[in-house]
Amino acid sequence: MAQMTMIQAINNALDLELGRDPNVLVFGEDVGKNGGVFRATDGLQAKYGAHRVFDTPLAESGIGGLAVGLAIQGFRPVAEIQFFGFVFEVMDQIAGQAARLRYRTNSRFHCPVVFRSPFGGGVKTPEMHADSLEGLFVQTPGVRVVIPSNPYDAKGLLISAIRDNDPVIFLEHMKLYRSMRMEVPEEAYTVPLDQAKVVREGKDLTVIAYGAMVHTALRAAEEMANSKGVQAEVIDLRTVNPIDIDTIVASIKKTHRAVVVQEAQRQAGAAAEIIAQINEHAIYHLEGPVLRVTPPDTVYPFAQIEDEWIPTPQRVLAGMNKALTV
Amino acid sequence: MSTVLEPTKLVPYYQVLDEDGKVVNPDLMPKLSDDQLRELMRRMVFIRILDQRAIRLSRQGRLGFYAPVAGQEASMIGSEYATTKEDFILPGYRDVPQLVFHGWPLYQWILFSRGHQHGMEMPKDVNALFPQIIIGAQYVETAGVALAFKLRGEKRVAITYTGDGGTSQGDFYEGINFAGAFHVPAVFIVQNNQFAISVPVRLQTAAETLAQKAIAAGIPGIQVDGNDILAVYAATKEAVDRARAGDGPTLIETLTFRFGPHTMSGDDPTRYRTKELEHEWERKDPLVRFRKFLEAKGLWSEADEERTVEQAKEEFNAAVKKADEYPKMTIPGLIDSMFEVLPPSLKRQREEFTGKEEA
Repeated sequence: MAQMTMIQAINNALDLELGRDPNVLVFGEDVGKNGGVFRATDGLQAKYGAHRVFDTPLAESGIGGLAVGLAIQGFRPVAEIQFFGFVFEVMDQIAGQAARLRYRTNSRFHCPVVFRSPFGGGVKTPEMHADSLEGLFVQTPGVRVVIPSNPYDAKGLLISAIRDNDPVIFLEHMKLYRSMRMEVPEEAYTVPLDQAKVVREGKDLTVIAYGAMVHTALRAAEEMANSKGVQAEVIDLRTVNPIDIDTIVASIKKTHRAVVVQEAQRQAGAAAEIIAQINEHAIYHLEGPVLRVTPPDTVYPFAQIEDEWIPTPQRVLAGMNKALTV
Repeated sequence: MSTVLEPTKLVPYYQVLDEDGKVVNPDLMPKLSDDQLRELMRRMVFIRILDQRAIRLSRQGRLGFYAPVAGQEASMIGSEYATTKEDFILPGYRDVPQLVFHGWPLYQWILFSRGHQHGMEMPKDVNALFPQIIIGAQYVETAGVALAFKLRGEKRVAITYTGDGGTSQGDFYEGINFAGAFHVPAVFIVQNNQFAISVPVRLQTAAETLAQKAIAAGIPGIQVDGNDILAVYAATKEAVDRARAGDGPTLIETLTFRFGPHTMSGDDPTRYRTKELEHEWERKDPLVRFRKFLEAKGLWSEADEERTVEQAKEEFNAAVKKADEYPKMTIPGLIDSMFEVLPPSLKRQREEFTGKEEA
C-alpha cells in the first residue's frame, strides 16, 4: 500500500492498464511529453512509447472521432478532454456517435472508450474550465458518467471504466486532485461501476452527493452530529449515469428524509433525476420532501465569487436542517 | 449558374474520358482488364436500376429514408472499386452503392431505410460502418480507423465520403488535419454534387475548389471529373496505393451531380436548380459516357445491359421480400443494445415493457 493523491492514483491506474493490455491507448492534448496539464499521464509516454501515449492536434471533436475510430478497430482508447468545459466541442462524438455505436450496429461494433476530463470549481480556473456539465450526460443513453470522490475509488473506478466495453465519461474534480492522500493498493483492483457507496452511516437523514460535494456533505454531517447529535447518512453516488437508486432507497427506508447536493446548477441536473427516482421508488417511506442544495441557475461565475456560488458546508447544513423540519 | 468545373492550377485535375467517351488523357488510363471494365459498367447499371426501384418503392410508401444516387454512380463505384475487401469504408448517408459492393446485403439496406436497427449491423466480414447521418462525423472517425491500421502495421486503408456541404463542417477540417498530422492510411472523398440540399457550392465556400482544402492540412488534394469512372478509379487507386505504402492520406474532390432530389422526404430540386443546369448535367451522365467508351471497344452490348437490368430487378425484389418478412425490432431488443451489461435501472425499464414488472 502507498499513500496516493487522486492524481497519482489515476496515473497509477493508467500505468497498470497500459501495462496489462496492449490495446489500451492514452491520448489527448499535452498528455505525452508534458504528462498532462495536471500530470495525470506523467511518465507514461516515456514508459510505453509514443505509439501508446501520444499528443493530438488541438481539437476536441478530432480527439473524440479518433477514439471512436480506434475503438471500432478493437483498441481501448482513454482520451483526455483537457477541461470538461471544452466538451461542447466533442458532444457529437460522445453523445451522437460513441454512446450510440452499440445500438446503431446492434452490437456489431461497440465503443470501449474512456473520456477522461478534469472539471469542478473552487480552483479559480478561467471560465469554461470548471463547469459541472455531467447533467448533459445524465440524459444521454448509452454512456456512463463516473465521478470519483477519493483516490482509492478513482483508481478502481478508472480501471473498471477502461475494462468496460461501453463508453464511460470519467470526470476528475480538480480540487480533489491533490487535496487528500489515501492508502491505495499498488496492484490493480476494480471498484464496480453503477454502484453508489454509503460513506457515512446514519439513521436520521440521507445526504446524496458526488465528487467534491461528498466531502462538503461529510463536513456538514459531522457538524450536525456534533451540534445536534443528529446522524446523517452520506451516500457517494460515484456513477451519475446510470443512478444506483437501490442504494439510495435502502438508505431512505432507514432515514425517511433526504437531501441531494450537487455542484451543478439546479434545474434538470443529476439531483433532479435522483429526486424523481426517489419519488418513483420510495415516496411512501418519506416523511418530508426531498430537497436540493445547489448553486443558482446561472452560468458558472468568474473566479471572484465561485466559492460563494458552490454549495458550502453551511449551505448543505441549512438544507439538512430544513429537510429535518419540513 | 456557374459551378466549380474549370480545371485549376491549385490542385491536379483528373479526367480520362470526355463526354463522348473518347480518351482525352491516355496517360491517366488505369490498368484494368476488359473484364474489369465490363464489371464497372455492370455495377453502374445495377445501381441505376436499384435507384429507380428504390424511388418507386419510396413513392409507394414502402421505403423509409432514401437519398437518391443517380448521377453519382461513377464517383461512388469508381472509388469503391479501387479498394479491397480489407479496406474500411466510413460512408455518408447517400453512400449506399459503395456499401453494397463492399458486401452490405441489399435487404439490410432496406431495413436501414425503414428504420430497423438490424439494417446497420454490418455482417462480420464487411469492413464498413453504417451510412452516417451527421455530416462530417465520419471524417474524424476515419482518422482513428486509419491510425488503428497504422499502429497494427496492417496494410489497410480507411476510405470515407462526404459531400460539398460536408466540407464546411469543422469535423471535415479536424479529420483531414488529424490524418495528416498522424500520417495515416486514409482517403477522404468529397463528392461535390453542386448542392448541399438547396445551397450551391458558391454559397458554401469562397474556395475555388474543395480539393485545395487539402493544402491547409498538408496532404495531397486532387480534383476529378466525378462522372468519369476511369478518372475516379485512377485517382482513388493512386490515393489508396499511396496510403497502403505508408505515404499518408489524400483528399479527392469528385465533380458530379445528383439527378434526383436530396432525399425522397419532400425535397423539390426545382426550387433551387434550373432546367438548363439539369440538362447540362444529363449530357454528362456517367453511364452514357462509359457505355460509349465500352461499345467502341466492343465490350458492352444491349444484351449485357438487359441482363444486368434483369439481375438488378430480381435481386432488389428478393431483398424487398426478405426485408418484408424480417421480424420487427422490439423495445426489449433496443434496450439490450444500450450496454453490454445492463444497469439495474434499464433492466427494470425492460421489465416494464415486457409486462414482467411487479406492481
